[in-house]
Amino acid sequence: MRIGVVTFPGSLDDRDAARAVRIAGGESVALWHGDDDIKNVDAVILPGGFSYGDYLRCGAIARFAPVMTTIIERAHAGMPVLGICNGFQILCESHLLPGALIRNDHQHFICRDQTLRIEDVNSAWTSSYSTGQEIVVPLKNGEGGFVADDATLDMLEDNGRVIARYVGLNPNGSRRDIAGIRNERGNVVGLMPHPEHAVEALTGPTTDGLGFFASVLTSLAGSR
Amino acid sequence: MIDTVERAEQTPEQIQPYAELGLKSDEYQRIRDILGRRPTSSELAMYSVMWSEHCSYKSSKVHLRQFGDKKPPTDALLVGIGENAGVVDIGDGWAVTFKVESHNHPSYVEPYQGAATGVGGIVRDILSMGARPIAVMDPLRFGPLDAPDTRRVLPGIVAGVGGYGNCLGLPNIGGEVVFDPTYLGNPLVNALCIGAMRHEDIHLASAKGVGNLVVLYGARTGGDGIGGVSVLASETFSEGGPTKRPSVQVGDPFMEKLLIEATLEVLHAGLVEGIQDLGGAGISCATSELASNGEGGMHVWLDRVLLRDPTLSPEEILMSESQERMCAIVRPENLDAFLARCAKWDVEAVVIGEVTDTGHLTIDWHGERIVDVPPRTVAHEGPVYERPYARPGWQDALQADDAARLPRPKSPAELRATLLDLVGSPNLASKAWITSQYDRYVLGNTVLAQPEDSGMVRVDELTGRGVAVSTDCNGRFAKLDPYTGAQLALAESYRNVATTGAEPLAVTNCLNFGSPEDPDVMWQFSEAVRGLADGCLQLGIPVTGGNVSFYNQTGSTAILPTPVVGVLGVIDNVERRTPMSWGTGGTIMLLGTTRAEFSGSEWAHHVHGHLGGLPPVVDLEAERSLARVLIDGARAGAIRAAHDVADGGVAQALVEMALRSQSGARVTVQGDAFTFLFSESAARAVVVADQPAAVAALAAHHGVECTELGSVTGQSVVEFAGLFDVTLDELRHVHDATIPAALA
Repeated sequence: MRIGVVTFPGSLDDRDAARAVRIAGGESVALWHGDDDIKNVDAVILPGGFSYGDYLRCGAIARFAPVMTTIIERAHAGMPVLGICNGFQILCESHLLPGALIRNDHQHFICRDQTLRIEDVNSAWTSSYSTGQEIVVPLKNGEGGFVADDATLDMLEDNGRVIARYVGLNPNGSRRDIAGIRNERGNVVGLMPHPEHAVEALTGPTTDGLGFFASVLTSLAGSR
Repeated sequence: MIDTVERAEQTPEQIQPYAELGLKSDEYQRIRDILGRRPTSSELAMYSVMWSEHCSYKSSKVHLRQFGDKKPPTDALLVGIGENAGVVDIGDGWAVTFKVESHNHPSYVEPYQGAATGVGGIVRDILSMGARPIAVMDPLRFGPLDAPDTRRVLPGIVAGVGGYGNCLGLPNIGGEVVFDPTYLGNPLVNALCIGAMRHEDIHLASAKGVGNLVVLYGARTGGDGIGGVSVLASETFSEGGPTKRPSVQVGDPFMEKLLIEATLEVLHAGLVEGIQDLGGAGISCATSELASNGEGGMHVWLDRVLLRDPTLSPEEILMSESQERMCAIVRPENLDAFLARCAKWDVEAVVIGEVTDTGHLTIDWHGERIVDVPPRTVAHEGPVYERPYARPGWQDALQADDAARLPRPKSPAELRATLLDLVGSPNLASKAWITSQYDRYVLGNTVLAQPEDSGMVRVDELTGRGVAVSTDCNGRFAKLDPYTGAQLALAESYRNVATTGAEPLAVTNCLNFGSPEDPDVMWQFSEAVRGLADGCLQLGIPVTGGNVSFYNQTGSTAILPTPVVGVLGVIDNVERRTPMSWGTGGTIMLLGTTRAEFSGSEWAHHVHGHLGGLPPVVDLEAERSLARVLIDGARAGAIRAAHDVADGGVAQALVEMALRSQSGARVTVQGDAFTFLFSESAARAVVVADQPAAVAALAAHHGVECTELGSVTGQSVVEFAGLFDVTLDELRHVHDATIPAALA
């Protein structure tokens, strides 16, 4: 399976996402922001970082990158896309996912080992977890507060589209403790915490993050 | 009117504002003697900033020579002192470069940008050696936690360190946070960066090859960081000239990230003959140092520099400390390829000059010659001072005022209260409020990060080879005895690296002191350097580079002498690192000898506000032996967890391990309870062993005292048998609450 990892000029966790794909057993393919050719990959990860510096609004410029034109088109056609942190922000700015991410309510950048509860396993990226499973993965963001209007939040909840929620402590003021959501079809997932940093016992708090990458490989294998 | 060389020759009598630029009259005269005429205003600007204390090390040079003279025999040093940063061989063809620098004064004026650009500057130093930066650390020092100005500077400095490093994608893996009243008007912001490269990728700052091109790339040049040179601007443009600008630089971490990627691409593609970052003194420094280290000549067309502000005068362009700029020497046939790589990363680049063999650095401004100087006289042959120094008159009285006279807690209840008081004291409390604002995970190679004894990162993903770095300094010890204090800083840093299982290899330092014009301070400085140089020789680890920061004082009151020492170690497989966390079982042992040493201790400072006496004994042979036990024990798999004993003594070490592990312990107090708990004797570590006999044998073999203290229980209480118990909840509450309560 070929999983593309996009590098924007300010991407920071692209190497980590590629490593996570490899550890999960996939082939990682480097994609470049300025190139609309996504090299026949089966799925795409938009990694964490600061895409174009994000001095404006996180992800607001990235959505116009040439590579995003192709990714948005393919995502509508069902290709799995995972946006982590800045990638989540880009997915919201691209309107592949509803809502927006704003500055943390406490105004500080925060890096911590965060407990999450997996709420939905019907997405391409969460199928290897069980509903209600609690995992610990790193969280690190300055603008990670997920917001949407009540109607949107109700819609997300009613349709099982909240894929993960913060447990114990809401680290950024996200509404209804939401850490990640998916689109209706389940191929597009946005997640604020960083599963790619929890794939090796040596460097991560756990290896709980591997499930996201294993899930997509399984779901791609199933769809062939 | 532009002040040209021709005009300078014709107007020898013109009065020049050298004093306002910080030059002494004899220094100004020396410039005139070198040039055989008065300097142009541009030349005056260059000399004034390059001959400043910050750039020329004119007060410290005569002392710093000891780091070279007393260099221990070593095979590890690939590039020594004098380059942007030293480089050490860590094996398997890997080289690592690391360095610590200060950004103290800018951070006091503008905390966020001062701290941010401090990180940016040290990262470019590492980058200019050809290395990919892989981690940063930040030793920080502030006034009292409850002081209003600490509340002004601390959050801004922490946000600046985090904001820049997080956006750059470098894990912040450690450092220090220390509070002391002497830092109130002069906080210390030191920044350390570590970089890794293959041996063949090492690059140096020299302009070699006549006809090669000088390329300036990165951010455009603006008016930031110009400071005192506005004196010249206002003289040159008396009317309608540029407005005075802030002297603190503003950072753009996104541009720095692009600069890193573009630089590594051009270096790896073999497109660069020499490279230099632009930091203090900007283009003046980069051009004169490159030329001085290379063929000896360079010509620059200054009007080609891309500007953010078109009104800048040539003097200001030469001085500008705009961030995120680099200067490369490129062969003409490689220029197109170089520019293409820059364009890929949206980095602007422009040829501003070429390498010559004239022996002169010449600079033109729209066809007129404004600089014509021998570059060595600017970059390397600045003034050198033998500043007077003398042991302060008050030193004897300070040392006579021993902490032994202070009243001590005696009953179990008093000892328990003292322990809790210290665990929650600003210097010993959890720094998580600060360090959680730093990304420690990015790049995916962080094996250990704060609050572990040293930060550790994996360098080679295939073999697991990695490096560990710790920075340390107890300024109170250095005040009591600068020679011993500097050695204690070295010893602690060395010990911290060994505690995590890494073999100490090399040293960097950031020497933060008061005014070198004060003989008391100069004595502290000379003693600290002597102590450090002697200590490094004895431990067999060379100093690879560092930084001196003088004039850290408020009025006539200097800061505690603060020679921050960073030790780098290598570990052949990071899987074998030793963490602080002790799990839920195992035998707790104390390695090393405990003496009743309380002068300069955290207890004397926090409980009594006392500073006097002599610091703990430093025994570097004992440190070496202890390190062997820690490293060999880790390699043999005999040690499960370890933690260095320093500030707060054995009590604090045990509490930190228990909190880190969320697992309690039962220990038996040895000898005098107060001494056992709170003495700060050096050369000690707490270890937890699965095979205590193996550790005891190893300790005996190396002549290290080894005392079995008790065992890890996995319960939620730390029991000091026969004295008192304290629950983890109580400890955690006290430990975690202090910093957020003061700053939130």
